[in-house]
Amino acid sequence: MTETNELLIDLSGVRKFFRAPDHSDRIVLEDVNFELKQGEIVALLGKSGSGKSTLLRIIAGLIGANGGRVLYRGKAINGPVRGISMVFQSFALFPWLTVQQNVELGLEALAVPPREREEQALEAIDVIGLGGFESAYPRELSGGMRQRVGFARALVMRPDVLLMDEPFSALDVLTAETLSGDLLELWLERKIPTKGILFVSHNIEEAVAMSDRVLIFSSDPGRVKAEVPVSLPHPRDKDSPAFKALVDQVYAIMTQRPLRTVGAEPLSLGYRLPSATPHKIEGMIETLIEPQFNGKADLPALADELQLPDDALFHLLEAGALLGFIKVDEGDAILLPLGRTFAEAETTDRKSVFAQQLMAHISLASHIRHVLDERRDHRAPEGRFIQELEDFLSDDEAERVLEQVISWGRYAEIFDYDYTSGVLSLPEEEDQEPPTEDVAAE
Amino acid sequence: MPRTIIPAAVSLGPSLRPNAWDLAVLPLALAILWVLAFGSAQMTTPYNIGDPLPISLDPGELPYYLMRSFLRMAAGLVFSLLFTLVYATLAAKSRYAEKILIPLLDVLQSIPILGFLSITVTGFIALFPGNLLGVECASIFAIFTSQAWNMTFSFYASLRTVPHDLEEAAAMFHLSIWQRFWQLELPFAAPSLIWNMMMSVSGGWFFVVASEAITVNSQTITLPGIGSYIAMAIAEKDLSAIGWAILAMLIGIVLYDQLLFRPLVAWADKFKFESLPGEEIPTSRLLDVLQRAKLVRALGAIPAFFWEWSLVLFHKRTDGLSKSGEKSFRLPWFDRLWTVFLLGLAAFAVYRIGDYVRAEVGLDEVLHVFLLGLITAVRVIVLIAIAAAIWVPVGVWIGFRPRIAQTVQPIAQFMAAFPANLMFPVAVILILHFNASVEIWTSPLMILGTQWYILFNVISGAMSMPSDFRAVADNLGLKGWLRWKRMILPGIFPSFVTGAITASGGSWNASIVSEMVSWGDTTLMATGIGSYIADNTQKGDFPRIALGVAVMCCYVMLFNRQVWRRMYRLAEERLRID
Repeated sequence: MTETNELLIDLSGVRKFFRAPDHSDRIVLEDVNFELKQGEIVALLGKSGSGKSTLLRIIAGLIGANGGRVLYRGKAINGPVRGISMVFQSFALFPWLTVQQNVELGLEALAVPPREREEQALEAIDVIGLGGFESAYPRELSGGMRQRVGFARALVMRPDVLLMDEPFSALDVLTAETLSGDLLELWLERKIPTKGILFVSHNIEEAVAMSDRVLIFSSDPGRVKAEVPVSLPHPRDKDSPAFKALVDQVYAIMTQRPLRTVGAEPLSLGYRLPSATPHKIEGMIETLIEPQFNGKADLPALADELQLPDDALFHLLEAGALLGFIKVDEGDAILLPLGRTFAEAETTDRKSVFAQQLMAHISLASHIRHVLDERRDHRAPEGRFIQELEDFLSDDEAERVLEQVISWGRYAEIFDYDYTSGVLSLPEEEDQEPPTEDVAAE
Repeated sequence: MPRTIIPAAVSLGPSLRPNAWDLAVLPLALAILWVLAFGSAQMTTPYNIGDPLPISLDPGELPYYLMRSFLRMAAGLVFSLLFTLVYATLAAKSRYAEKILIPLLDVLQSIPILGFLSITVTGFIALFPGNLLGVECASIFAIFTSQAWNMTFSFYASLRTVPHDLEEAAAMFHLSIWQRFWQLELPFAAPSLIWNMMMSVSGGWFFVVASEAITVNSQTITLPGIGSYIAMAIAEKDLSAIGWAILAMLIGIVLYDQLLFRPLVAWADKFKFESLPGEEIPTSRLLDVLQRAKLVRALGAIPAFFWEWSLVLFHKRTDGLSKSGEKSFRLPWFDRLWTVFLLGLAAFAVYRIGDYVRAEVGLDEVLHVFLLGLITAVRVIVLIAIAAAIWVPVGVWIGFRPRIAQTVQPIAQFMAAFPANLMFPVAVILILHFNASVEIWTSPLMILGTQWYILFNVISGAMSMPSDFRAVADNLGLKGWLRWKRMILPGIFPSFVTGAITASGGSWNASIVSEMVSWGDTTLMATGIGSYIADNTQKGDFPRIALGVAVMCCYVMLFNRQVWRRMYRLAEERLRID
C-alpha cells in the first residue's frame, strides 16, 4: 500500500466563503488542513458557527470549496463520492418509505438489482439491531431507532469513510450513549467495512470517549485551532482520572481565546453575541455563588450542575465574560467582584448593573440606544440594524444576534421592541432621559 | 408512485388468480373503461358551426349528460396535473425560467376564467374544423384554467420547501435528478397537491356548468352536458327540469368524491410529513378494496415496471471524483442580461396591447371600463363583509361544538362544490316577482357559491383552536365582545383569511355570469365589469372582451397584493398558533 492510499481524506489550505447580499464575502473556513488516516476516528469540536458542519459537507461533496485541495484517496472530490457516506443530525429519513426502503435507497439509486439490494439491506438492518422492524415507517419509531435506520442506510453502502454530523445530539443522554457504544463496538470488532470515521460533535465527553483524535475549531474564520490525541484504550472509563484530565484539557482549550473579558478592545458591531437569555445568566451566577463552588467552578462540574449541553454552556460563559461578571481561566469559571455584586442585588439593581455593563461593553446595544436617542420619535425599525449586521454576518446569524441583543436590552430596560411592527423604541417611562445619566445614576 | 400499491416484483402464476375483491373491482374497472371509450368517441363527432345540437329536457337523458360533464372535468384535471408537474418543476429548478414563469402564473390566475373561454373558443374551433372536438377543447380549457393555477402554485411552493436535510440525504445517496423527483419531491408535495386538486374540482363544477353553453359570434353552441341542460331549461322556463339537473349534479359531486378523492386522500396520508396527535386518519373503503384486489395489482404492474425501469435508466453515473462533476454555470452578467431582456419583453407587450386597445376602442372606453371594475370591486368587498358578518359567528358556534361540526363540515364543503349558477334562475324569478332593484339583488349571486369557503374554513379554524384557550377564557371570565376580541377572532383569523381569499377570487370570476342573468327571454343586467364582459362575449366583440378581461385582471392583482397577501402575512407571522 502506498502512502497516498493510507490517507482516506486529505485537505490542505481549504477555504470557503459565502457571498453576502452586498457582494462582500463572508469567510467561513480559512486555510484548513486535515488528514483522515486509515483506521482512525476523528472528532470535530467547536463553537456553533465555526464551520465544522460546512467542512463536513465539503468532504461529503455536498458543497464545493473556494480554494485549497480536497482529496479522497488522492483524487479530487467533485460531488458526493461513492466511498463516502453520511449520518445526519436530524436523521433525514424519508417518512413515506419503510425502514427497509429507506435503507435500500442508496443502492436503488445506483441501480443495484432488487434481489441483491434486499439481501444487503436486511443484513445492515440486522447488524444495527433493527431486525424485525423492516416494514415499519419512521414515524412509528423512537428517535434512537430512527437514527439506527440512519446508520443502516449509511453502512449498507459499505463506505470507506463514514461522516457523522452531530449524530447523537437529537437523542436523550441514555439513548445517545447506547447508540454510540453500539457503533464503537461494530467498529472495534471490524463488523463494518468502514476504514475511517469523522464526526462533528458538541459534546466534549462524547468526543473524547469515541475518537482517536479531537480537533478543535476556532471561529471567524473557522480553522483548526488545536489537536488533542486520545490514546486511552477501549473501553474507556469516563470516571478514570486520565479520561477526566483529557476532558478538562479540551474544555480549557475551547475556552482559551474566544472568551473575551471586559477591558479588552471594544467589540465590533458585528460580534457574534452568544445565545444566552438574561435569566440563564442570572442562574449561572447564582449557581457560582453557592457554597459548593464558592465563586470558582470546574467547567465539567458546572455543566453538570446547570444540566446544560457543552455548547449552551460555552454561550453562557461567554455572555458572562463579555458582561464582566465572570472570567474563564484554565478550564475554570471564576466569579468577578461585579458578578458577586450582581448576584447579591435585588431585581431592580441587577437590571441597572446589567444595563450599565451592556452600554459599556456591548457595542451593538449602545449603538442601538444612541440611534434611538438621536431620533426625534425615539423609534427605529429593526431592518435598519439587521442591514448593518449583514455586513458582518449571514442573514440568519444577523437576525439571531439582533434577537439576542433585544432580549438583553429588554431585560436591562434600555430599549423596547414591538414584535408586530418590528420597531425598536425607548422604554416608555424614560423617554426624555438620556441613557448616560441613567448609567451614571447607578 | 405506484410502488406503494403494487409490490415491486409481481410474479405471474397462481398468485394472480382472482380473489373475492376482484369481483367488486372488475365491474367498476369495466364501467370506467366503457365510459372512457364511449365518451371520447362522442367528443369527436363531426360538427360545423350552425349545426343544431339538440338538448333534450327528458330526465332520462340526464345520466348521459352527466357522464359527458364528468369526462370533461376528468380531462381538465388530467391536463391540469400534467401542466402542474412540468410548469412548477421548471420554475423551481431553473432560476431563469422562474423569473418569467412565476410572474406569468400570477397574471394567469388573475384573469377571469370565463374570459379565457371567450377569447380562446374561436381558436380551438379553427384547430379542429368540422369536428366537435374544437368546442370540447374550449370547454375543457376553461375547466383547466379553473384548476391549473392554484395546483401549480401549491406544487411550486412544495418544491421550494423540501426539507434541506432530505435534499442533502438524496444527494449523499446518489439520487439522480429523475430519481429525486419521484422519490423525494413528488411524495413530499403529494398531500398538498391532492388537497388543492380537491379544492380545484370543487371550484371547477361552476365552470363545467358555465362553459358548456358557449356563445361564438352570436351563435350559441350547446355541448351535451349538465350545463347545456340547465341552459335549455332556463330558456324553456322549465322548473322541474332544473330540479332534476340539481339532483344529477349532486350525484356527480358525490361520485367524484367517493371514486377519486377519498381513496386519494387516504392513500396520500402516508406522505404527510408529520401528523398532528389526535388527527383523524382518513380512510376509504374503495381504497381498501383496490389494494386487496389482484386485478389492480396486475394492471398496476405495467406502469410500475416502467417506473422502476426509468429509475434504473436515469441513474447517476458520476462517482464524485471524475473531473466532469456537476459544475453549475453562474454568470452575473448573464443574470442581468436576462432580467433586462424580460423587462424589455414586458414593456413591448404592454406597448402593443395599449396600442391595440387605443386603436380599437379608445381611451374613453378604457376609463369607463375601469369605472365598471370599481363598481364590481365595491360589490365584492361589501359581499365579503356581509358574508363574514354572517358566517363567522355561525362557523364559530358550530366549530366549538364538535358533534355538530362533524355533520355540518361536509355539507359546507359540498355546498362550496355545488355550482351556484344552477340557482340563478330562481333569483331572476324572485327579482321579477318582487320587482326588486337589479343592481342590488343580482349582487348576492356573486357570492352564492363562494361564501361556503368562508364558512367551512371558519369551522375548521374554530375546531382546531386549542381547548385550553377556551378554558382560560372561561377561567378569566372573558365575556361578550372582549372574548371575541381577545380570543376568538385572533384564533380563527388565519383560517378566515384562507377562506376569504378563495371566496373573493371566486366572486370576481362569478361576476361574469351573475351580473347578467336570464330566465326565458328576460335578461337582467346589472352595471359592472362582469356584465360588460358577458355582454360583449354575446356580441362577439373581441377587442372589448380583451379590454374587460385585462381590466378585471388588474383589479384582481391589485386586490391580491394590497389586501390579501398582507392579511395572509399578518396571519402567518403573528396569529399562528403553534
